[in-house]
Amino acid sequence: MAAATALDSLPAPLRSLRLKTKQQELLLRVSALALIYVLAFVVRLFSVLRYESMIHEFDPYFNYRTTLFLSDHGFSEFWNWFDFESWYPLGRVVGGTLFPGLMVTAALLHRLLRALSLAVHIREVCVLTAPFFAANTTLVAYAFGREIWDSGAGLVAAALIAVCPGYISRSVAGSYDNEGVAIFALLLTFYLFVRAVNTGSLAWSLASAFGYFYMVSAWGGYVFIINLLPLYVLVLLVTGRYSQRLYVAYNSTYVLGMLLAMQIRFVGFQHVQSGEHMAAMGVFFLLQVFFFLDWVKYLLNDAKLFKSFLRITLTCVITVGTLALGIGTASGYISPWTGRFYSLLDPTYAKDHIPIIASVSEHQPTAWSSFMFDFHILLFLFPAGLYFCFKRLSDATIFIVMYGLTSMYFAGVMVRLILVAAPAVCLISAIAASATIKNLTTLIRTKSKSPQTVSGKSSGSKAAAKGAVDQSLPFQQNVAIALLLGAFYLLSRYAVHCTWVTSEAYSSPSIVLAARGHNGGRVIFDDYREAYYWLRQNTPSDAKIMSWWDYGYQITAMGNRTVIVDNNTWNNTHIATVGRAMSSYEDEAYEIMQSLDVNYVLVVFGGVTGYSSDDINKFLWMVRIGGGVFPVIKEPDYLVNGEYRVDKGAAPKMLNCLMYKLCYYRFGELTTEYGKPPGYDRVRGVEIGNKDIKLEYLEEAFTTSNWIVRIYKVKPPKNRS
Amino acid sequence: MAAPRHHHLALAVAVALLVVTAAAADEGGPRGRRVLVLVDDLAVRSSHSAFFASLQGRGLDLDFRLADDPKLSLHRYGQYLYDGLVLFAPSTPRFGGSVDQNSILEFIDAGHDMILAADSSASDLIRGIATECGVDFDESRVYGWCQDPEAMVIDHINYAATDAEGDHTLIAGDDLIQSDVILGSKKIEAPVLFRGIGHAVNPSNSLVLKVLSASPSAYSANPKSKLASPPSLTGSAISLVSVMQARNNARVLISGSLDLFSNRFLKSGVQKAGSKIRHEKAGNEQFVTETSKWVFHERGHLKAVNVKHNKVGETNEPGMYRINDDLEYSVEIYEWSGTSWKPYVADDVQVQFYMMSPYVLKTLSTDKKGVFSTSFKVPDVYGVFQFKVEYQRLGYTGLSLSKQIPVRPYRHNEYERFITSAYPYYAASFSTMGAFFIFSFVYLYHK
Repeated sequence: MAAATALDSLPAPLRSLRLKTKQQELLLRVSALALIYVLAFVVRLFSVLRYESMIHEFDPYFNYRTTLFLSDHGFSEFWNWFDFESWYPLGRVVGGTLFPGLMVTAALLHRLLRALSLAVHIREVCVLTAPFFAANTTLVAYAFGREIWDSGAGLVAAALIAVCPGYISRSVAGSYDNEGVAIFALLLTFYLFVRAVNTGSLAWSLASAFGYFYMVSAWGGYVFIINLLPLYVLVLLVTGRYSQRLYVAYNSTYVLGMLLAMQIRFVGFQHVQSGEHMAAMGVFFLLQVFFFLDWVKYLLNDAKLFKSFLRITLTCVITVGTLALGIGTASGYISPWTGRFYSLLDPTYAKDHIPIIASVSEHQPTAWSSFMFDFHILLFLFPAGLYFCFKRLSDATIFIVMYGLTSMYFAGVMVRLILVAAPAVCLISAIAASATIKNLTTLIRTKSKSPQTVSGKSSGSKAAAKGAVDQSLPFQQNVAIALLLGAFYLLSRYAVHCTWVTSEAYSSPSIVLAARGHNGGRVIFDDYREAYYWLRQNTPSDAKIMSWWDYGYQITAMGNRTVIVDNNTWNNTHIATVGRAMSSYEDEAYEIMQSLDVNYVLVVFGGVTGYSSDDINKFLWMVRIGGGVFPVIKEPDYLVNGEYRVDKGAAPKMLNCLMYKLCYYRFGELTTEYGKPPGYDRVRGVEIGNKDIKLEYLEEAFTTSNWIVRIYKVKPPKNRS
Repeated sequence: MAAPRHHHLALAVAVALLVVTAAAADEGGPRGRRVLVLVDDLAVRSSHSAFFASLQGRGLDLDFRLADDPKLSLHRYGQYLYDGLVLFAPSTPRFGGSVDQNSILEFIDAGHDMILAADSSASDLIRGIATECGVDFDESRVYGWCQDPEAMVIDHINYAATDAEGDHTLIAGDDLIQSDVILGSKKIEAPVLFRGIGHAVNPSNSLVLKVLSASPSAYSANPKSKLASPPSLTGSAISLVSVMQARNNARVLISGSLDLFSNRFLKSGVQKAGSKIRHEKAGNEQFVTETSKWVFHERGHLKAVNVKHNKVGETNEPGMYRINDDLEYSVEIYEWSGTSWKPYVADDVQVQFYMMSPYVLKTLSTDKKGVFSTSFKVPDVYGVFQFKVEYQRLGYTGLSLSKQIPVRPYRHNEYERFITSAYPYYAASFSTMGAFFIFSFVYLYHK
């Protein structure tokens, strides 16, 4: 405004360069968006700058391996890929047990770059896929925000989501996982669907169906969409907001989306056969009934007649629906809800029934601190945003409210689902932030304007009225300025916090560990890669490696060796067998290893470095998972009075099981810390209980420089007995 | 030094390439011919000359050394100097040179054969080697404080009537193992003379076989002293001569009697107490000749070559099968006859198609020319399978072949394209499409 008034005084030729207010706004908006886009990408590059362009964590290594396969062998081979290097000897039908969206996206990007004569390695593409899609998500967030509120809210939403730690945690460079593209697809689907509901257009519904298809191809979290959409429709029906727009949007999205989703092998016929997808189908039929009733009501034009007709129809529909569901479930055609689904609805379910789900750290219930950590001020803005949404209720705001509330619930159940809640929280918070700032600036502006109007035009009833209002709130301007400053302070704190969190917490590749040395310098532990390259170069190419499933993907991807179990936990019995071997005595374990043709055993041990997520700390889960299938393994055998110990007071079975022996072999001779006895475990903070470990059926093959990974060779049967 | 070894390897390669000719041709056997004979007294060389002559007569190259020869060595520059060992030094407390108990055991674990004979003076060293081979010599002198150190096998019923000393320690053993492979096809009629210490076979060791067992009336004690406590080893639990075939097919023969191999026993006549029949010659000559043939792999050695599998109607070996494929499997098995590789004939060789448990178990049929083959359908299960042949027969070297082969499920385009039972659905969808087209046409143009 001020600039505009300043330009007014310029001479005419220059004035022709003056942009109209609309154009100015557009320019501002576009440049702001462009900056946000770049910011979202750049803020995720900490790990590349600090370490190197590498794939992080566990699952991404599988994704990377499959992407390599896809770009080397083509889509048809990929689709039919039977991988005999994992899950020995069962093998894994990779093509039919993964969500191919991520790999196809990366391979296409790679091909596109090659076509543009940019000779990049596929790994670089994989590393940067997640940041790239995070940047795209900001654009979707902007469009979504504009759709449910206004473009200001859209801009704020884009800015918030660009740096939201809850999202960054899963989308830094190198975090090449399904979630990287899936959040983009999720938000896109929601945006397109809301747009379709708002316009009632078949084209937008179609677009939404394709968005859904992309989501289904990318991540198992699509189940959230297929349940949230019918829930949303149901709420609209109940609140009497049924409309033709809704009818068109939902039906076409559902039918087309379902047909498209069936093309993904891993999903197959689940949309018509699995209990988790039945809600969507039920609502689909309900909508038809609604539409039919509407039509009959219009035809009959008689309230009484319609009432009795309604009664008959409803009874029939409910009976038929219940019967169909009952028969389907009883005959096994409709599969019941899976354990993972149950564990989402009931947080205690996994703990009691499925240890393999409960054992994963990212499946734990969320602590309050991590909400603060991941959302920061959004946690306070979220309820405020809900207030604004309820104040201006529309189909779109109802949707975002429902998305926010349900995803917040799920975020509370599982740590990793904070990710799903992040876009909703950002959008709702953006509404709060944008609406508040807008109100405040309006107040300031009217105040600063009013003296002008008073002085310019001698007197007017309107101005007088405004003056009167101003008079009633004497410090309004100051308070508004103060509040505005406060809002800016909070938002800048948010930005600072996000950058700090990204740099400190979420940019560690976890395959290379870093610690602070005595003199404050960084010490890098590259033991994992050391071990995997050792495997790659020193073992026969058909060697079978047994390890706990966490390391399976990395061994196959980096070590290029066959593993018994890996992170795709599809066969609980097989994992339990490995758990049983690890928790048995050496001779019993030897028999199990012989039956699985195991050549090498790999364990991860942090006792020397103090790396706490090692196999000894995971060991109780191995016992639980093993004991879940093989009752010979009993958890109390490894505990002393319910306490898990590794020192002298540990349970005898604990001190002599395979895992203990392999981790602590020769550890009794080693002094780890000054002033402590030899065999002092720096993770548990105790001196180990069994220092004299003899191995009969295995021999040490390799131990990395910091003892983090230890590899043992399984000896062949004794020659003479 | 390395030449014979390389020759052996080259042979294996040649055999793999030219199976039929290799089988027919007269070539080197499965084992080299250099044998080290360790004695604790060079007199053994002459007192056991008949046995040594029989070995040399079969082409074995014997190298006689004193057990405490300070230059004794089993290998040089990482290569073994010998292919077999005859250990006729029961009383030696330690070997000379670089040889000790461990090096002897490593020698066996490297796939070499050994004949070990002990007697009542057996040293701890010899006993230790025997124990490592799954045989425990009577240790009564260790814990039977009241007994004299030199326990021997005594049998008051089945002794040899020619026993001059009258303490019934010269035993006429005739409880032989029933195996043509170990003892030769000609039955040993005369009893085998034995004077020495008994041993027990380690029950947890499944690789040891009793070749010559004592009779139920035998026991192990010192014949010169009175029996103060019950003997620890009695009856047919006592083994007089045992063999052990290690997992790598190294063969070891352990005898409690060195005299068993002596010229005196080989040549003397025998009459079992209480028996009318007097044999002009004891069974010893035949027994030691046949068992030494077996030990030095002149008999009972099988080899499998040319393991092949392919889809029916194809010849190339695929890297992977599909479920429900029909495949053919064949392997060629030959037996060393002492002079040449002869086709092995048997009807009990089985192949397993194995993934944690055998999904298919088929007996291979043979064409009597050494080729064993069968064909079967891959089960309707995918995974990493193995063709496994586990052929373990008494006396023969064990064959355990395994070949890994993945089995994949159908590809997306290998399923039937049109299913007969689905024709109503095809009809329904196409008629709906047609009807929709007509409906649109009528609706749009027939107002």
